[in-house]
Amino acid sequence: MDSHTVAAQTAEAAHTEHEHPAFLRHHFASVEQQRETATFGMWLFLLTEIMFFGGLFCAYLIFRNWYYPAFVDGSHSLHIWAGTLNTTLLIVSSFTMAMGVHASETRMRKALVGWCIATIILGCGFLCVKAYEWHDEWVEHHVPGLNFSPEGFMKVNPDYPADKPLQLDMAEKTQVYFSLYFAMTGMHALHMIIGVSLLTILTIRAWGGAYTSGHVAPVENFGLYWHFVDIVWIFLFPLLYLISRHQ
Amino acid sequence: MAEAKHHDEPTHHEEHIVSPKVYLLIGAALLVLTATTTAVSYVELGDFNAVVALAIACIKMTLVVLFFMHVKYSSKLTKLTVGAGFLTFIVLITMTMTDYISRAWGRW
Repeated sequence: MDSHTVAAQTAEAAHTEHEHPAFLRHHFASVEQQRETATFGMWLFLLTEIMFFGGLFCAYLIFRNWYYPAFVDGSHSLHIWAGTLNTTLLIVSSFTMAMGVHASETRMRKALVGWCIATIILGCGFLCVKAYEWHDEWVEHHVPGLNFSPEGFMKVNPDYPADKPLQLDMAEKTQVYFSLYFAMTGMHALHMIIGVSLLTILTIRAWGGAYTSGHVAPVENFGLYWHFVDIVWIFLFPLLYLISRHQ
Repeated sequence: MAEAKHHDEPTHHEEHIVSPKVYLLIGAALLVLTATTTAVSYVELGDFNAVVALAIACIKMTLVVLFFMHVKYSSKLTKLTVGAGFLTFIVLITMTMTDYISRAWGRW
């Protein structure tokens, strides 16, 4: 008898001796322990994400102090209504995702699929508003490295008539604002696109009943990811749109 | 037998299902705070515009982490992990900012 046969027999015996759900891996003692381990791992991943976005936030704060007038004028070119609408969409989507986790815990398959689809629609809504804003910035020549022109910042902004036009050297520095703006909103949008894609796969599996028979961990951990992406936007919104309004 | 032994483990944590009412309440609070932060940005407060906006963002983050992300109802392991992570993050940000603030110290 070779070692493969022995291994196969042991695994076979494990299946017949202890009745357990198909989703419980053999190296875990219980579903509960498996779920706890997965949540622990997910949080470790999210902490690396916090360090990643935190570095960008830190760079933003330091450069804002260095090139203050450029950052104020850059911020004044954004639409506050778009930022507020997007914050609202994301917060409602976090609520629908939390309800999805609840549906998975209480084993309600159709409710789970419904909440997931609502979350996907809200996430896509966010991306549409973001795409509209990016298009606007492209038209206004605010994209560093691709079609940037400082001219718009050397004239008075009709929405902020009290603003003094910038000199050419400071107007050029709005590129630093827009580089960080596109880096941060771009990375955030990439996380949203990954999130919507993963959630689509989860929704299809949820329709088949994969997550309403005690296997909550995938839905729960996806929820953690989605809420994390929401938190990033909760900080991007005031930093990019709000805090420079009156300067 | 195995089940009884498992329950004696010090790491044992009973999963808590959060009520939809809590989610609804937190979701509503987050929307009210979003409206507040946008409204406050239209009021001239000088340097305090940034302070108020970031304070509201921190409150919103805390609500999301505690309730939507279940940390309030989680095991000590999860609480310690999240707490240690945020502490490390705050230390890194504070040390970096301390450096930048103090570079031109006394030369303003």
